[in-house]
Amino acid sequence: MGAAESSSAVAERRGAAVQIANVSKTYSSGTGQLLAVSDISLQVRPGEFLCIVGPSGCGKSTLLRILAGLDRQTSGTIDVQANGWAVENAMVFQESGLFPWMSVAANVGFGLMTRNVPPAEASARVEAALKLVGLTKFYRHYPHQLSGGMRQRTAIARAFVTDPALLLMDEPFAALDAQNRVILQAELVRICEATGKTVIYITHSIEEALLLGDRTVVMTAHPGRIKQIIDVPFKRLRNLMTLSASAEFGALKLDIWRVLEEEVMRARAEAEQ
Amino acid sequence: MNAKMQERMLYLISPIALIALWQGLLMLGIGDRRFVPAPSDIAERAWEMITNGELAYHSAVTLYRVIVGFILGVVPAVAAGLLMAMFRPVRIFFDPLIASLFPIPKVALMPLLLLAFGFGDASKIALVVIAVFFPVVVNTYVGAANIEKIYWDVARNYGASQPIIFRRIVFFGALPMIFAGLRIALAVSFIVLVAAEFVATKAGIGYLIWNSWELLQVDKMFVGIVTVGILGLIATVLLQEIERKVIPWKAE
Repeated sequence: MGAAESSSAVAERRGAAVQIANVSKTYSSGTGQLLAVSDISLQVRPGEFLCIVGPSGCGKSTLLRILAGLDRQTSGTIDVQANGWAVENAMVFQESGLFPWMSVAANVGFGLMTRNVPPAEASARVEAALKLVGLTKFYRHYPHQLSGGMRQRTAIARAFVTDPALLLMDEPFAALDAQNRVILQAELVRICEATGKTVIYITHSIEEALLLGDRTVVMTAHPGRIKQIIDVPFKRLRNLMTLSASAEFGALKLDIWRVLEEEVMRARAEAEQ
Repeated sequence: MNAKMQERMLYLISPIALIALWQGLLMLGIGDRRFVPAPSDIAERAWEMITNGELAYHSAVTLYRVIVGFILGVVPAVAAGLLMAMFRPVRIFFDPLIASLFPIPKVALMPLLLLAFGFGDASKIALVVIAVFFPVVVNTYVGAANIEKIYWDVARNYGASQPIIFRRIVFFGALPMIFAGLRIALAVSFIVLVAAEFVATKAGIGYLIWNSWELLQVDKMFVGIVTVGILGLIATVLLQEIERKVIPWKAE
């Protein structure tokens, strides 16, 4: 079962340990070669919520796609230890990527259907996952009948239902309005805490990275490199609203912005040359 | 009246206006009624042909040929289009065949088909099969090849095998374009079939039209022409209803 047993307890299992060693990715185009990601080395601890921030074009999405098996690195190695978990990883995309021709239940159960989970077990797990994201009543709806927030919830349920050791999230809430985002962020942290999954979460918002993550990786652009890794000192299950109002939070946010600002300006200057 | 009803009423206005104009001009004495019969003359003849069963017989023959040919042509066309989008070798194999055979006027194949399949229904059905194949295969391929990239990404990340990608992703993703192809194919199947029925058959709407022309029964000829139009209209409306049922996500 796994994915959705409890909603408030802290999980007994810990998610995947991820070892990323000297990973680079070069894209070849007609005019030459583009180094998208350069020599990334990173260790993600089991059950850690790791955020990656960086200016657009810093290769953070490329790195995530490599981890998801949708792209291959040009060099370097990736090792994901996912013993005891049903599935190594599942990705939540920026646009929900729900199939418009499938009902909510069919979308959520997609990763179970592909893996030949028996229908009775699959529907029980889908129900549990929908309960986890508060969409139980909507299992028969189609994506076009849902709001943006509900679609993203469905996409999250689709990822959780497969019981992945590693959850890969590519700016999953970027397209949502601010209120919905706050609610979904809180739900996500709660669910991750309860299920013990390792999460790699990409965002361009420093604030979001500090609210959600145990550590924040700041990346540079052209080529994408790791500039700095920051330990987030706040403990888990933070209250997102009060935390964002605290002085400590503001100071840390400013620190990261200074690192990032330099990068953004450099990227802009390069673009103008 | 709701918006849907209003749309359906609007749908009927243009053909009714055309018929009214036609009748009005002839009643004013413009045109020769022996060669261009008025809608009322045609309606009278049509009623006669309905009551004696002549029209039903020819319509049934034509519809049978269209339906059988349409289904036999569409199923392999959809399969081929999807396979072309999924597998490069299949595309490379089919591309030159489609590029060279699509532009050939399918009616020009009729003598060949008469040789191969004889004078019965088989040769007419074969012609419909060939005619509907091309628009459907091309539309299916384009629809399947242009499925948004994110759906492929999701399918791969969530462990979908090739057969699952084929049945659950590519087919449904291409459905809106497949239906666009089916609508073209439906019109094309009536066009080629009626032309084919002009020769080498003793039944069907095409035969009715050509035979009436040879006997200079112009009103009867018009009944045949109008019948083709009505059959085509009914078939298209049915297809649209099916599309609405099958692609609920496209409507809103």
